[in-house]
Amino acid sequence: MATQHSRSVARLMMAPAVVLLLGWMLVPLTMTLYFSFKKYLPLRGGDLGWVGFDNYVRFVSSSSFWPAVQATLMIVGGVLVITVVLGILLAMLLDQPMWGQGVVRILVIAPFFVMPTVSALVWKNMFMDPVNGLLAHLWRFFGAEPVSWLSEASMTSIIMIVSWQWLPFATLILLTAIQSLDSEQLEAAEMDGAPVLKRFYHIVLPHLSRAITIVILIQTIFLLSIFAEIFVTTGGAFGTRTLTYLIFQRVLESQNVGLGSAGGVYAIILANIVAIFLMRIVGKNLDA
Amino acid sequence: MGRIQLKSVTKSFGDVQVIPPLDLTIEDGEFTVFVGPSGCGKSTLLRLIAGLEDITSGSIDIDGADATDVPPAKRGLAMVFQSYALYPHMTVRKNIAFPLRMAKLDQAEIDKRVEGAASVLNLTDYLDRRPGQLSGGQRQRVAIGRAIVREPAAFLFDEPLSNLDAALRVGMRLEISELHERLATTMIYVTHDQVEAMTMADKIVVLQAGVIEQVGSPLELYRTPRNLFVAGFIGSPKMNFIEGEEAAKHGAQTIGIRPEHITVSESGGTWSGVVGVSEHLGSDTFFHIHETGLAETITVRADGEVGFRHGDRIHLTPRADVIHRFDIKGLRIE
Amino acid sequence: MARAVTTQRKTLNTAIAWGIGLLIFFPILWTILTSFKTEAEAIASPPLFLNFNWTLENYAVVQERSDYMRFLWNSVIIAGGSTILGVIIAVPAAWAMAFVPSKRTKDILLWMLSTKMLPAVGVLYPIYLLFIRLGLLDTRGGLVVVLMLINLPIIVWMLYTYFREIPGEILEAARMDGATLKEEILYVLTPMAIPGIASTVLLNFILAWNEAFWTLNLTAVDAAPLTAFIASYSSPEGLFFAKLSAASTMAIAPILILGWFSQKQLVRGLTFGAVK
Repeated sequence: MATQHSRSVARLMMAPAVVLLLGWMLVPLTMTLYFSFKKYLPLRGGDLGWVGFDNYVRFVSSSSFWPAVQATLMIVGGVLVITVVLGILLAMLLDQPMWGQGVVRILVIAPFFVMPTVSALVWKNMFMDPVNGLLAHLWRFFGAEPVSWLSEASMTSIIMIVSWQWLPFATLILLTAIQSLDSEQLEAAEMDGAPVLKRFYHIVLPHLSRAITIVILIQTIFLLSIFAEIFVTTGGAFGTRTLTYLIFQRVLESQNVGLGSAGGVYAIILANIVAIFLMRIVGKNLDA
Repeated sequence: MGRIQLKSVTKSFGDVQVIPPLDLTIEDGEFTVFVGPSGCGKSTLLRLIAGLEDITSGSIDIDGADATDVPPAKRGLAMVFQSYALYPHMTVRKNIAFPLRMAKLDQAEIDKRVEGAASVLNLTDYLDRRPGQLSGGQRQRVAIGRAIVREPAAFLFDEPLSNLDAALRVGMRLEISELHERLATTMIYVTHDQVEAMTMADKIVVLQAGVIEQVGSPLELYRTPRNLFVAGFIGSPKMNFIEGEEAAKHGAQTIGIRPEHITVSESGGTWSGVVGVSEHLGSDTFFHIHETGLAETITVRADGEVGFRHGDRIHLTPRADVIHRFDIKGLRIE
Repeated sequence: MARAVTTQRKTLNTAIAWGIGLLIFFPILWTILTSFKTEAEAIASPPLFLNFNWTLENYAVVQERSDYMRFLWNSVIIAGGSTILGVIIAVPAAWAMAFVPSKRTKDILLWMLSTKMLPAVGVLYPIYLLFIRLGLLDTRGGLVVVLMLINLPIIVWMLYTYFREIPGEILEAARMDGATLKEEILYVLTPMAIPGIASTVLLNFILAWNEAFWTLNLTAVDAAPLTAFIASYSSPEGLFFAKLSAASTMAIAPILILGWFSQKQLVRGLTFGAVK
């Protein structure tokens, strides 16, 4: 339908969105880059001049850096494994004929819609509290000593909370993918004599691989920046200080803006690497 | 009223020229059919006339006035789309009334015209339904109704019958032809089905790869096709083409003879061959003959009662006066 | 899957599925139940499931003491405002990309989506600084703008996919019928796109409501929405489980209901169409 007239109108109509997002992307980004090359401590003297790549070096050589990387990898990795594996199983289960499927879907999806602060606090207090939490009651019921989750097994606790929140997402996506699988393919395989497990392995899994990749990529991007759950539970203590949280602390708590900004740049680069892979897949889909 | 002239019209998409310079005149009141295989540019041509695509170069005149830069809304043409393109959220009445609303006619006039169109097309009982509640044929008629009320200079049809089942198609063909008789407005009709072209057109434009191969009345195209392409495209089943010695006998590179112009006999004839597949339609039978020494297969039409079987050897005699001759470039030799 | 399945198998599936579903839903259920208990009952051992004295006192206390309505209202304004603002900016852009695509359209769309991948923490300080300089810290307006910007890619994306599903021929028919661009958008496009726009609004309202990075860091007292309000319970005094439950239930209930309606939109919106 393209005519010259409509092309120029179209450009005008895209302008506000493009301009705003361009500004949103460039302005703070440039500022972060700017700060990263300076020694800037607003509470202790303000702008103290250019320091080149000093902040970048100090950020990675700081004693908190590698533990933060580790924490990030463990949390992201742990949540990914749990949500993807359980997600596949749940999706397959939900695809089966049953009564009240709609209701079960709602039950399974619900955690995703709960505010991160609410879910973190509910878990922290009502489940994980070593004295009054439900898990403590459960442990005592079986005669065991209740676990002080957030202080003794903090990494596990955070992983549990975040997995609970993101399992619905993975399940929904994988369920959608499973339901888009043409049943005729499976029926043909059955007629060709393939047993259930083989059908799963050779037909369902390859079909799902695309959806699994997407779940992993999207979740990674969002999981790298989880914040609220850590903020309201451990505050970064007991080894749960992720890269994101570390940067947050540098910037807003200890107000070492230069250092924090350098960390921010690292985080941006990391996120972009994952994003490139994701965008390639999305881009291929756009052509379809 | 509805005379359309295309002068040296070309169309390119990026670097690809899909329509080389093309000239065509469509007279007022004519039922013109653009026909050709998929991708020949017939729909593109229609859209250029409608104004939905820009011409790359050349000009289009409507009733003597240059319409090349006039937007589609102002060309005074009405289009019936292949998918009908009805407004799903409006009732039939509102669908048909829409163009009149856009033209800012007053409500009384709108109602009058809508009801007029509805009665012509037998839609009066459906005026308050939504497109989703109608059958394919009914939707088709609503689309036509929406075009009629505008009293346009010309109607443009883009393969309107391809989404209908076979039986419905035959009925709608007749209805559209009757509509043309009644309204006497110019109609430009795009189809890939040469049966529709032959039965409905006053004038047929045969297109291939953006080039007009021939323009003429149905019978002209049937009797005197200008080249091999038109000869093979018009007429079903396809014309038989024979090259080599037999063609040379008639002083041509290729000769063509239509299946319906060959008689079959057990006893004797000009050519002979072995029966392969035979298709029995009741009224006619089509035999596909092999081993004639002329071409891979010769298709022959015979009366429905004739009962040769697979493997029978039979004799064929072509009608001498309707053998078409083509030269080495594929053009007709008179 | 049009094959008859044995009732036995179906019952088994149902039992397992419901079991797992209830297990996953349990924390939410527990929260809702606890909100109706007294504080003593909330920490009772063994835990009380249904047989306790149902009371509404927690709800009353939470509302009075902490001026809960103000936080609720902030959430509504911030989530609603950012969504509406986003839709107003996104509709023309999505229209242009869906109906007048050019060679660059796909790249522009991908670029927009990539801005959502920007880790918030990487631009935290600049935004913080800008907010202070512009006097936007702890204002609802400032937060509306930020949340609009982070959700704009998703809004544009979702509208784009919904617009693409509208057959282009119908808009061409409107054009042939004499409609100007404005009339085309007003009388044909928008009515057909309303379901899509509604879905987009729904999903983005939910995302904005639950956003818990900028709302925690850019607000203090005046503009704090529910996310921040709940966060304040992280270092409480005295017994508070029941009150926390009441506050939480009030904070999540509206979204749980809205969320139920927006499952499909969730898939479309957050996987950027990569999964159909």
